This record gives sequence, structure tokens and C-alpha cells, in this order.
Amino acid sequence: MATDAPTDGGQSLAARVRARFEGPNTIGNSNGFWVGFLVAVAALVAFPLVGNAEQFSLFLVLSLLGLSLSVVWGYTGVLSFGQVVFFGLGGYTFAVVSINFATPGGITAAVLAGVVGGGLGAAVLGYFMFYGGVRDVYVTIITLVATMVLHTFMAQTAGSEWTIGEAALGGFNGMPDIPLLKLGVGAASFQFMYNAIPVWVPGFGTVELDPFYYLALVLLVGTYLGLRALVNSDYGRAMVAVREDEDRTRMFGYNVKRIKLVVFILGGALAGLSGVLYAARNVFIDPTVFTLLFATLPVIWVSVGGRKSLLGAIIATIAIEYIRVTLGGELALVMLGALLLGTILFLPNGIVPWVHRLARQNRPAPADAEGPETPDPTEASES
Amino acid sequence: MSESETESESRPLGPNVRQTAAEMATGDRTDTLLQTDGLVKRFGGFTATDDVDFGVAAGELRCLIGPNGAGKSTLLKLITGTYEASEGHIYYDGHDITDLEPHERVQRGISMKFQVPSVYGDLSVRENARLPIQRFADGAERNERVDRAIEAAGLTGYEHVDASALSHGQQQQLEIGMAASLEPDLLLLDEPVAGLDVAEREAIAERVTRLNEEEGIAFVVIEHDTDFVASIADEVTVLHNGEVFREGPIEEVKADPAVQRIYLGEEE
Repeated sequence: MATDAPTDGGQSLAARVRARFEGPNTIGNSNGFWVGFLVAVAALVAFPLVGNAEQFSLFLVLSLLGLSLSVVWGYTGVLSFGQVVFFGLGGYTFAVVSINFATPGGITAAVLAGVVGGGLGAAVLGYFMFYGGVRDVYVTIITLVATMVLHTFMAQTAGSEWTIGEAALGGFNGMPDIPLLKLGVGAASFQFMYNAIPVWVPGFGTVELDPFYYLALVLLVGTYLGLRALVNSDYGRAMVAVREDEDRTRMFGYNVKRIKLVVFILGGALAGLSGVLYAARNVFIDPTVFTLLFATLPVIWVSVGGRKSLLGAIIATIAIEYIRVTLGGELALVMLGALLLGTILFLPNGIVPWVHRLARQNRPAPADAEGPETPDPTEASES
Repeated sequence: MSESETESESRPLGPNVRQTAAEMATGDRTDTLLQTDGLVKRFGGFTATDDVDFGVAAGELRCLIGPNGAGKSTLLKLITGTYEASEGHIYYDGHDITDLEPHERVQRGISMKFQVPSVYGDLSVRENARLPIQRFADGAERNERVDRAIEAAGLTGYEHVDASALSHGQQQQLEIGMAASLEPDLLLLDEPVAGLDVAEREAIAERVTRLNEEEGIAFVVIEHDTDFVASIADEVTVLHNGEVFREGPIEEVKADPAVQRIYLGEEE
């Protein structure tokens, strides 16, 4: 495992870049993993040729929400039930700004405003929680309450007094007038929604591809790689130390409150980005994003996939949402409950880490992995 | 604030005080590294430490003994800032650190090993040892310090072993090594040899003595085993019911009938 080896001056650039994405805090540090990763990305790039890209883009967008909880809960130990608060804040901020400034430049700014909105919401809530000494399950309760408060608040915004500029919040009816997503400024802009691009593909002829799907895919892959680099960095190791034992991490001189706040803000911004893309994809947003069911979904995705695994969060989000959308109705809810219960009872670390462990057990052990078989500490200390 | 400072400057301190609170507050240090002044910690209606004046000189190795519930661990956690003091002040290296956050106290040179070892089990010994060091050292210096910390913990050869696979004694050694790798001036150890066999106790005693004598680290060690205490320290402080009960050379304190009575659970 390439974890903490001294930096070798002779290492190639590729090896150094790769080393940034590998470490003890992520599964998949082998050549086989990266080959599989490239194959998976290639398969996702080709997926619109054979599958429903419009539907799948929703799963990619929600995976960003799953990742936001994985980094906050799985890596830093802060169980937030409020990721949908920042998701919704991102979506609503995007909607309000883009409706008021419906030019490509304005919509691009609205995307950024949505991300900032999610991060800002997390900064305010996180500051009062972490610097106010709130810990453990009380964080979960406060974030859950924040979700319910926002649901109640947004649901009563139907009146005309709840209009920001030209954007009416619309209460339960939501905001249906969001402009189509365009990124860029003036003529140098590109429309990502409802803009099928004809592309000639060998074996398939001319097919129309959905640019929004590819935007979501690029953002998801980029976020995944970025978070891999983060959790394997010095800062990521400190995050994991906070998760394992806050008091002990303080005794190493780390400012635990600040680490938790920074990660919470990052998670809020990521959830905000997910909310922006969700509102842009649906060209609509309403208070259902703040419901208890929706607030629970990220916790289920991350628990089932493996909360200490970024990859687990993505795979579980896509798989569960696919099953949920396919089954629909109450059957989907029963399935979700059973899946969560089964995972907690039988695979408390989640499915993806379990599969990874099985795969490792079936692999021949590397020769350099272990230290002495039965070392004697007193002997070793005599040197 | 100023009122309490004035009060602490004028109030007489306990028998173990080597320097007045006023001298500590103004930075006119002698050899006193740490001094608590009338330290009180209440949990609801329960007073865990009561008006404790406790001092440690630079480079001193002092043991803290007393029956269960005497307030020993609470005192250590007050010093590190894990607990906030209900009353009183803590002076360290000439400064009032009572209101500092725990990490700020660590950055000033106080370090602590908690009673129950909680190494990061999924990480290797090397990854564990890296954690405190990566905060202030980079590149080759980091690697060198990590190597030194592992060697000082007596775990050379175990670098790539998961910390969860270490024995209880090895985990204690790793923890002490990690705390010492911060190069503190004061290291607080809460029952470092609890649950260890004789050989492991001796290894820890040797490690603590070496860090004290060679690196000049001052220690406060909580321990019940008076033989272990006698093997590492000359001076001990006895806490009882949250108060400083006795202080002095270990042999004198051990021979004190009042100390023997409280250890047997009888009231004085």
C-alpha cells in the first residue's frame, strides 16, 4: 500500500499525481482499481447510447449529495440530517437568482450563488453548533430540526409577499419558472438543458446526446477525485482523527472545532451544488426537498454504501435511487427500510467496504505488506 | 476578570507552590512550569476538585496518587482544557492559560496521554505516529521524526502493522510515543501501566525516566501502583476528595497512616 513512503525524488510525475489520490482513507489504491475506475467512467460516458440518460443524470446529481454526507459523517464523524437543508438552500438560491437574472451570465452567477448559499447556510448553522459545544447526537437532532423548520417555512411562502424581485417562492407550489441552465457569458455560453447535441458514433450512427448528463458526470468524477485527494491529505487524516476521537485529536494540537466547521461548510457547498443541479435539471424546486423522507435518503445511501467510503456513497446512491424510482410508491419505502435494517444488522460498515474486503482476501498477499510475525517489544526497544 | 485576578494574586497558595500566582501572571518565572491556583471543578452538585493548588517545576517528574474518585483525572483534564474550570486559574510558563482552548495549550507545550489507549486501529503504527507530527513537520523532517517516535516507542519493526493488532502494552507505548513526539515541556500520563504485565511496566518506566532525564520533559503521572510510582518519581502528590491531601517524597507519603487509611477506604 502506497501510504506514507518517503517521497522519492526519482518518482515519475504520474506516480506523484497518483499518490495524491491514494492512502489509508480510501479503498482502491491498486492498479486494478484505477483500471476499473477508468472502465467505469468510460461506461458512464457511453451509457446514453444504450440507456435513459435523462433519468440517470438525476442519480449523478444526487450522488453529489451522498458524497457531501460521506465527507461530513463518514470522514469527520458529524452525523448531519441536514444535508438537504443546504441542498434546498442551494436549489432555491439558484432559482431566485436565475429568475431575476435570466441571462447566461446571470444563470452562471446563480449556480455559484447556489453553491455559496449552501456553504453559507452550513457556516452559520455549523458555527453555532461546533463553537457552542454541541456534539454527537445533538448535532443530528439540531440538523434534523433545521430541516423541518425550513420545510414548514418554505411551505407557507405561497403569498405574494414572499417574492424576491421577480421570483415568487410559491409555497407548496414551488418555483416553476427557473430558466434553462446556461453556463458562460453572452455569446460565449452553452445551454445544458433541453439541448440535444447530435453526435456521430461508430456503430450507433448519429445520436442525440444530453449535455446536462455529461455536465453532471464531469462534476461527479471531479468531486470524487477531489475528495479522494482531500481525505488522503494531512487535513483528511486530521478529519479522520476527529471522527475516531475528538479529545485525543485536540491533544495533538488540532483545532477540532475549526476542522469540523470547515468540513461542514465544504459539505454544505457540495450539497448546495447538488441542489443547484437538481433544480436546474427539473427546472423546478419545491419544499419536498426539505421533507423528512428526503432528509433520510442521504443517510440511507451512505450507510448502505459504506459511510467511510466515497465510492460506496456514489454506488449506493445510484443503485438505491434506481431501485426507488423503478419500484415507486410504498414498495420503495419498504425496500429502503429493509435495506437499511439489513445493512446495520449484517454489514455495519456498508456493502462496498465488505465487497472490497472480500476481493482483498481472494488476492495473493503482497510480500512487503507485513512487519515481523511475532515481534517482541522489549527486544525491539533495546536498540 | 480583573477582580478575580486581583483576588488570585493576593490569596495564599497551597504548600506545594513554588511561585506565587502574581509572579506567574507577570511572567516572572522561576523554575515553575505549571501552577494551578484554587482550581475547582463542579459537575452539577458534585465537586470533583476543590480549591486545588498544584505545581510542577520544569523537568520535574511528579506522580499523582489517590483513591478512585479523588479527582486525579479531572485535574489532568482541567490542565489540558478538556474540562473547563468552575473556579480558579491555571498558569503555565508564566501565562494564565485558564481560558485557552485545549489545542492552544498543546501548542504551548502541554501534552497528555489518556487513560484508555485509543490508537487509530485501522491505521498502521507509522500512520498513527505521523498524525501528531504532520501538524508541524513536513518532508524529510517529518519522516525522520516519525522514525524517531516509533523507535522511542520501542516499536521499530512494527511500522506497517495495524495498530489494532498491537498488544495493550504496545498500544500504551505507541500513545506515549505519539504524545512525546510533540516535544512537550509537560507530559501528563493517566495510568500508563494499568493492565500491563511486569515487563511492560518496566519498559514504560524506563521510557518515562529516559524522556524525563534526557529530553527534560516534565511529567505528571497518575498511578495507583505505588511500586511503579517509587520506580520513577521522588515526589508525589496525594489527592483525596478533590483536595490536595499530602505532598512529599514517596516513602514518607507511603508511610503516612492517614494516606494508608484513605487508600483502604476509611475516613480520616
